[in-house]
Amino acid sequence: MIRVQQEGFDIGAEIAKLKAGRSDIGAIVTFIGTVRDQHGAVAELTLEHYAGMTEAELQRIEQEANARWPLQASLIVHRTGTLQPGDNIVLVVTASEHRDAAFEAAKFLMDYLKTSAPFWKRESGPGGARWVEAAPSDDNATSRWQKRAAE
Amino acid sequence: MIVRVLYFAWVKEKVGVTAEEIDPPASVATIAELIDWLKERGPEFADAFAKSEVIRAAIDQIHVRHDAKITGAREVAFFPPVTGG
Repeated sequence: MIRVQQEGFDIGAEIAKLKAGRSDIGAIVTFIGTVRDQHGAVAELTLEHYAGMTEAELQRIEQEANARWPLQASLIVHRTGTLQPGDNIVLVVTASEHRDAAFEAAKFLMDYLKTSAPFWKRESGPGGARWVEAAPSDDNATSRWQKRAAE
Repeated sequence: MIVRVLYFAWVKEKVGVTAEEIDPPASVATIAELIDWLKERGPEFADAFAKSEVIRAAIDQIHVRHDAKITGAREVAFFPPVTGG
């Protein structure tokens, strides 16, 4: 399941919902991305996105993860709007019978989300406001998965 | 061909428009050609698309390369490399 929302999320509640009524899950991995203040340089982070395409991309990424690993459940929640340092930005949860699939799928989901989901971060702080630049390391992380798929 | 065009993040700020309907001539067949055509529309477009190789595009909400054909597109979007997560 995927969700794009302004409000925060409760990790415990999300995991409880994902597990509710089932006893076949043996491993749950969660990843949470949060806003850093970068030693006082960032007071506020605003996330813009391409409504419609964002949801479509997240669904596509989730389907791809489910095709690659035997997952029993997966969840991506991504926030938009204005956030402060310490706030949660993104949640990825993967559940499988054994831990390897859950760990790998969670990393895959984040790596792909970083390079394909249409979100843009704008940071503001004492030094003014600026659009965050994409990190080349994110593209490298995604291409590692593409190489593995091609092997 | 009337196409709805959307701009995001700093591309949007530079062109000063969020969304618009455009009607490029039939000779404009690809994303790259559409960018060249847009750059002729004014200094703000020329500035936004000056380094066109960094601009990402989507047709009908699917990522495409600059050589993609825009024939039949309902919605084209231009934006910087994404920075979510």
